[in-house]
Amino acid sequence: MAPHDLRRPFKRPLISDQEKRRQQSLLRQAQNRRDAQNHARFLASTALSLEQPHELEPEPVSAPELHDELIPDSEAPESPKELDVVEASKLKGAEARKWFAKQLMHPEWMIDIPENLSQDWFVFARPSGKRCFVVSCNGTTISRLRNGSILHRFPSELPNGARRKDSSGPAQSYSILDCIFHEVDQTYYVIDMVCWRGYSLYDCAAEFRFFWLNSKLAETGACEPPSHYHKYRFSLVPVYCCDQSGLCAAYTGSVPYVKDGLLFYNKHAHYQTGITPLALVWKDENCSQYVMDTDSKGQVPNHQQVVLELQEGGKLCTSDDPPVVFGCLDGGFMHESELHSGCLVRFAIGEGGLVLVDGKLEKADLNYLGKANRARASADSFSKVMFQYSVRHSPLRIDDLLGSVNSAADESNKVCDIEMDG
Amino acid sequence: MAMEVTQVLLNAQSIDGTVRKQAEESLRQFQEQNLPGFLVSLSGELASDDKPVDSRKLAGLILKNALDAKDENRKRELVHRWLSLDPAVKTQVKSCLLQTLSSLAADARSTATQVIAKIAGIELPQKQWPELIGSLLSNIHQVPSHVKQATLETLGYLCEEVSPQVVDQDQVNKILTAVVQGMNASEGNNDVRLASTRALYNALGFAQANFSNDMERDYIMRVVCEATMSPEPRIRQASFECLVSIAAMYYEKLAPYIQDIYNITAKAIRGDDEPVALQAIEFWSTICDEETDILEDYVGESSGDSDIPCFYFIKQALPALIPLLLETLLKQEEDQDLDEGAWNIAMAGGTCLGLVARTVGDDIVPLVMPFIEENITKPDWRQREAASYAFGSILEGPSPDKLAPLVNHALPFMLSALVKDPSNHVKDTTAWTLGRMFEFLHNSIVGTPIINEGNCQQIITVLLQSMKDVPNVAEKACGALYFLAQGYEDVGPTSPITPFFQEIVQSLLAVTHREDATESRLRTSAYETLNEVVRCSTDETAPLVLQLVTVIMMELHKCLEAQNLSSDEREKQSELIGLLCGCLQVIIQKLGSSEPTKYVFLQYADQIMGLFYRVFACRNATAHEEAMLAIGALAYAIGADFAKYMPEFYRFLEMDLQNFEDYQVCAVTVGVVGDLCRALEDKILPYCDGIMTQLLKNLSSDNLHRSVKPPLFSCIGDIALAIGENFNKYLMYAMNTLQLASELYAHTSGFDDEMTEYINSLRNGILEAYSGIFQGFKNSSKTQLLIPYAPHILQFLDSIYMEKDMDEVVMKTAIGVLGDLADTLGSNAGSLIQQSLSSKEFLDECLTSEDHLIKESAEWAKLAINRAISV
Repeated sequence: MAPHDLRRPFKRPLISDQEKRRQQSLLRQAQNRRDAQNHARFLASTALSLEQPHELEPEPVSAPELHDELIPDSEAPESPKELDVVEASKLKGAEARKWFAKQLMHPEWMIDIPENLSQDWFVFARPSGKRCFVVSCNGTTISRLRNGSILHRFPSELPNGARRKDSSGPAQSYSILDCIFHEVDQTYYVIDMVCWRGYSLYDCAAEFRFFWLNSKLAETGACEPPSHYHKYRFSLVPVYCCDQSGLCAAYTGSVPYVKDGLLFYNKHAHYQTGITPLALVWKDENCSQYVMDTDSKGQVPNHQQVVLELQEGGKLCTSDDPPVVFGCLDGGFMHESELHSGCLVRFAIGEGGLVLVDGKLEKADLNYLGKANRARASADSFSKVMFQYSVRHSPLRIDDLLGSVNSAADESNKVCDIEMDG
Repeated sequence: MAMEVTQVLLNAQSIDGTVRKQAEESLRQFQEQNLPGFLVSLSGELASDDKPVDSRKLAGLILKNALDAKDENRKRELVHRWLSLDPAVKTQVKSCLLQTLSSLAADARSTATQVIAKIAGIELPQKQWPELIGSLLSNIHQVPSHVKQATLETLGYLCEEVSPQVVDQDQVNKILTAVVQGMNASEGNNDVRLASTRALYNALGFAQANFSNDMERDYIMRVVCEATMSPEPRIRQASFECLVSIAAMYYEKLAPYIQDIYNITAKAIRGDDEPVALQAIEFWSTICDEETDILEDYVGESSGDSDIPCFYFIKQALPALIPLLLETLLKQEEDQDLDEGAWNIAMAGGTCLGLVARTVGDDIVPLVMPFIEENITKPDWRQREAASYAFGSILEGPSPDKLAPLVNHALPFMLSALVKDPSNHVKDTTAWTLGRMFEFLHNSIVGTPIINEGNCQQIITVLLQSMKDVPNVAEKACGALYFLAQGYEDVGPTSPITPFFQEIVQSLLAVTHREDATESRLRTSAYETLNEVVRCSTDETAPLVLQLVTVIMMELHKCLEAQNLSSDEREKQSELIGLLCGCLQVIIQKLGSSEPTKYVFLQYADQIMGLFYRVFACRNATAHEEAMLAIGALAYAIGADFAKYMPEFYRFLEMDLQNFEDYQVCAVTVGVVGDLCRALEDKILPYCDGIMTQLLKNLSSDNLHRSVKPPLFSCIGDIALAIGENFNKYLMYAMNTLQLASELYAHTSGFDDEMTEYINSLRNGILEAYSGIFQGFKNSSKTQLLIPYAPHILQFLDSIYMEKDMDEVVMKTAIGVLGDLADTLGSNAGSLIQQSLSSKEFLDECLTSEDHLIKESAEWAKLAINRAISV
């Protein structure tokens, strides 16, 4: 009979340090293999080389000053190179602000209804609050407003979002979420996922990004109530297919946040920085408190106001790419009013209104009001001006939207609606 | 011939080396030239009462070794060899063996019992030797007690060798009846009674049905309990061992007997011989194990794996059990801390106390605190040590809220005792107790911190001072510092350790240089603590960790330079090399995890690699393993630039991939190949011919430890993923190996849990290999090369799905492979996929899985499949 060995560890830890190291190596290898697999599964086409930045130091970006925010970027917003994200995570202060200011995807305003709304688009109620980029990396989480300035720096349950033991991948791998910070419940509502654990989702369709967002975020515990390591709760926003029921749900459905209009995302569109027509925003009084723009005192002015950018030759342009020209200032007036190229200038739209021919702006009745607020980062977009204009004159109503969705449904129904009475 | 064998067997035990060698050689020749004759001769020798006992014993031993070996492959060979022998030979051997059971020579009998059991272990599962158990049972009724004793012993060994499934219930009943009758007090012969008790220990696994029958169970339990009161200590010990085993196997049947068992064990713990008392304590430790398992299942709401209710035996016994265990703590042996192998009643009692604390939590605290308070200041060192040991033992289990105030109160006293107590034994336990306090109560989650600004400095000062004490105390002080550092792991950017970091590191290095550092594991413990201090350090101390790199490199260099060492010194040197490589690994991982420190640190990479090359020149498995682990971490930190080391490093990699003997080295090296694949990507290509050849060779070898095989498969996937379509040239060989393996491991029926678990890990490896290959070929011009393999892979997925025995890991990988196949082959495989069961039922099952990773893979697979079939 085998001797019964009853020794148990006495004044000893159960596993040795060596065993611990071995296990940690195995964990790291398993995690890396999983990362490599996921990389291959989702991103083979994007050919990223995120994990090995080739330079020791980031290329010094020419140090911009604070007021640079007022100088618009003449370059079109580039599609971000992946290496930039790694480099950018090392940027500090103004440089970081400048970089991040260009990274958000901004919807156009919906001035007419896209075709195939019910098939190709998602819809969701936009939370009211501060739009921001949330980056978690190296044990901390930073949220930045659309002008690039920091809103919060905090620990979170996002990957590498707090300084704690986390076997899930290298500490420098970052995640980036597109969020709206909702003051009332101090919650970050996540409306899009841009990078996750070091893998870029820029080149993924919205359909996939939302799927990935839905399956990944909850897993981290970021949706849990705040705790020591998790200062703010993150929350998903219910996203619907833009068919009749989806549209109704987004429009009338109750959500834990204050709504500010509806956002429409094209299912097939990639995450594109800057303004894109593949994401649209629409609002009316029922789903937003701020349908019409207010002035600095919070009053709706009698006349619609627009902010345009003064460019070379006195051209007054929108922030679009390519810009839409609303008019022209003469040199004398510019000199007199101390305006120079690059200024953001505020105008009221006069009785003459905006005259469009075939969807193109023909003429605008602009009355000069003054320079725009310093905090403004950019001019209004054409679609914003047009949306505001239509709200005052002939708004696009929810019934119009529902109608377009229904008619699409009717058409498809008609095809199969054949009664068999033999 | 028979005469000759006797002499040869005696010569084989001669003191004269030449004679012995010659005899061993002739035995070997005999065996090789005429195995049947050899076995018959040996069994004849064993059975002959007129032969010398020594030759009979050795004959039996050689027979046993001809049937069984520790090495699995060797064992398989021997089993096969026995089964293919001429039946007449086997009959003759077996009949000699059975005859030996009646021999008057105890040594011959006892050897025969073991050989019979070995043959039974081979033949019974093959439905051979059906008359064995019957003939053994008929022996029981023979009068001579030595025959009875030998027969019962044989039955015991037989139960140890064969699994319960191969013996039918009728025979089980008869065996148990014989065994339990033999244990009965009415059996006058102690040898018979002892043999029966030990046989029951092995037969308990056969008694499932009997333990479900109240009457039979009552009878067995009565006999076992009576045997614990036998005048013969060996019988008492053996019967307590039965009780321990019953506690583990039949916990849910114990309720009616627990009160009686408590009385019996209490008596034994208080007054019986130590080996008996140790078993009596072990009974309660086992009950603790069972109840914590059950209670953990309650909390984990695991899917009804165990339906066993908790009877809270420990909770109910608490008021009586705790005083009983506390008494044992006062029975320490002098200098037990200096003896690595020591195990006595005080150690067992404290261990059990710790298990009770884990089982009942807070309830234990008020029962133990008075004992601590009463004894901790007593003049007798035994009382102080027992008090401290009791405190240390109950720190895991009760809630921090309950313990923190007590620990806060006791801390100043403990710190002072650690430096001032005159007894080394007390200091040893005090340092250990402090370590436990830090381990379980010191971290940022506990409400009341036990270490704060006020006492942090003092604690560190005391521990550093104590690290200069005698080796066993210093070792425990290192351990306490380990947990102190660990508690600050998540503290944030500013660690309270920072101001002391340099002093701590210097003190630990000083410990490693102590003359007596090799005693009591001191040096190992100091390096382990250094590793933990580095692991838990923050950016603030990164410059100091960087300085440590050169220090450790220097140490390693010095160590490698040492020459002309005695074998004892060489062993210690190898151990130190291992420790230093381990430390470098931790530093590499730490500094590599943040970009700024990584780049500064990487300037040492050339030198570090140079040192590792020299480590590989030492023939020491642990040192190789540690160096390999460190290199894996380094490759991960360096990335593609690691390619410059490959020309030189490759030969060591190849060498360690071939190290079958130290299979852990091989396993770690396989892991490093994976690291290299991810770091180098296609730059690993020039080395792939060699690596792939070795991987495939290893997979087809029977001599490599089985645990290395699953990672070998996964590694093939890593390579395929790294080199993409270049994998083309290995494709046929790899797929062939994978296909054979998947056929072999598609089914688990007839295997035990452990084997099923192993098969699942093999499946996971195979599937990871498939995944890597598909993903590697994705978007290449050569995807069509994979199409011929698709049907088989889908069939493999279907068959493991049908088996319904996948664990979560396999499920996740398997559904991922389905997605990879669809993703890479696209419409080429559309109809094949649609025909497979996996794309329907299996996918649906995974889509609704509670396991997040499975669901995620499944949703991805669904996307990929939809794409593949919609085109």
